[in-house]
Amino acid sequence: MCGIAGLIHRGKSSNVGSELQLMLQALKHRGPDSTGYALYAENDGKNFIMRFKVGENVGEGSTSVNEDASVYDERKKLVDQMLKELGANIVKDEKLTPYSYRYEMQFDKDLMEFSKKIESINGVEILSIGKSLELIKDLGDAAAVSERYGLGDVKGTHAIGHARMATESGVDIKSAHPFWGYPFSDVSVVHNGQLTNYWNNRRVLENKGMRFMSECDSELIAVYLAEKMRNGATLEEGMKDSLTGLDGVFTYFVATKDSLGMAKDTMAAKPLVLYESDDLVAMGSEEIAIRSILPQEIDTYDPFDGEVKVWRI
Amino acid sequence: MANLKTSEKKTKAQSMGLHTEVLTGKTQQKFFNPDEAENFYYWGTYDVDFNKRIDLDVMDLDCKEANRKIDDLMSQGYGTIVIKNPQGKHSLGVGILNKLNLIFEGSLGYFGVGSIDGPTVRINGRVGWSCAENMMAGKVVIEKNAGSCFGAAIRGGDLICKGSVGARTGIDQKGGTIIIGGDAGAFTGFMMQRGRIIILGDVGINLGDSMYDGTIYVGGKIGSFGSDAVESPMTKSDMDWLKRKLKVAEIGENFDLSKMTKVVAGKKLWNYDALEPTEKKGAI
Repeated sequence: MCGIAGLIHRGKSSNVGSELQLMLQALKHRGPDSTGYALYAENDGKNFIMRFKVGENVGEGSTSVNEDASVYDERKKLVDQMLKELGANIVKDEKLTPYSYRYEMQFDKDLMEFSKKIESINGVEILSIGKSLELIKDLGDAAAVSERYGLGDVKGTHAIGHARMATESGVDIKSAHPFWGYPFSDVSVVHNGQLTNYWNNRRVLENKGMRFMSECDSELIAVYLAEKMRNGATLEEGMKDSLTGLDGVFTYFVATKDSLGMAKDTMAAKPLVLYESDDLVAMGSEEIAIRSILPQEIDTYDPFDGEVKVWRI
Repeated sequence: MANLKTSEKKTKAQSMGLHTEVLTGKTQQKFFNPDEAENFYYWGTYDVDFNKRIDLDVMDLDCKEANRKIDDLMSQGYGTIVIKNPQGKHSLGVGILNKLNLIFEGSLGYFGVGSIDGPTVRINGRVGWSCAENMMAGKVVIEKNAGSCFGAAIRGGDLICKGSVGARTGIDQKGGTIIIGGDAGAFTGFMMQRGRIIILGDVGINLGDSMYDGTIYVGGKIGSFGSDAVESPMTKSDMDWLKRKLKVAEIGENFDLSKMTKVVAGKKLWNYDALEPTEKKGAI
């Protein structure tokens, strides 16, 4: 089933970490397996932030194979060595869990080549690269993940998130949402639904040099949009194209450094409730997600079939 | 009981695209005596007084607790219950088989006031998916917008949304009337079998897709007709009924009815006949 939520403050920053946590926690019944956040935080914008994992969380109902924790340290050393070879200057590094890290770094070359090299190390996956994007995903509900990664105080302009019920692939971090729009910095996607032409699209996109890290159908949306943007399409154009290019039922959100968008399939088979005001847009799979941050009486509505909307900060 | 085979009512109903089957056999039998008062009450229902009013704040209650509390208040004779702070909770006010004046001061989530038979409900907010699903009788008025599957499979009563609704409104509708003040999404009236839908605004693609029977009136633009849905001429009966219905519903009383498009089933996809199983056996 899965639950998705998103919000964008226009013209100001807010405590998006705790706001999104409340929204996703309200949707826990739609997806108890894993929770993911894509927070567009108040960073100085000078350095790239890379979040990556060197292993899986093997607790909390995970379907991943248990590994000796010592391999995580080995992989981390290989990443550090590769970063040095690629000319990246690490400004700050943080170990968040035994299997995940957050690096701030300076880098001014091609991100696609960079990502390919880093991910050529066995067991390493880049969760996101961006100047404001902080992409966090792990097993557990919204409160548990927020506490584990200290997201309660994160301030920013916009955010999207996902509460996942695993149906098409395993209970693991690599299949959890949001998905990074590799190789574009600051692009993330969350999705509710099922895509039925996943393998056809995946084969075509892989032949064009795009990369898939999981077998989760939702990852296709991020890769699909990234490929369109690589060929010069705007985010909105890519999203409109996806209404016919992607087959199945879906409502998805996509966020970039300065915008937030939503798209709904032509059958309107997946739910979405939307609240729009001059300074805030909040949306979620169910109204209770919006009510968790806006308890006062407000006007909300369901976007129609085939609708695409994009808001800017 | 009136003979529907020959009465004027039947002709009138048929001209409006309704009740085109001929009721015979068991459907004409009396199963209860209408003079016996107990036949008008379900087991476990209560005699309530509309003048006895109470507020119920459900802010800290889950839907099960809130619904039990409503039942408890009805058992104490309260006939008007005002629900405060529904906060988009799911499944509030479901399964009420009682006369009752129920008012929600706020918005409901999914499956609000489903499977009801009798109450008059006013929701001063928005409703989520599948509002009033399987409603048998009564009246539900929503002041703002509604989600998808609005009035799914309703059997009777009046369901009114003053704002716009999502996709598949009146899916599998079997009776009653759904009235929408704003726009409606795709697949409105999908597989409807009887009853009427009135949309004063625009409607999305695939209107009335695979409908068996019933009538849809659209005041605005139609995205596209669904499979086997066809336009039918408006009759005076249609106009009279619409005028009265919109007035009673407190919505679109001054709406220009000449703008209305009437949509019915082409009946090319019909895959059943008017006979009941026992009658069919006899006929064979």
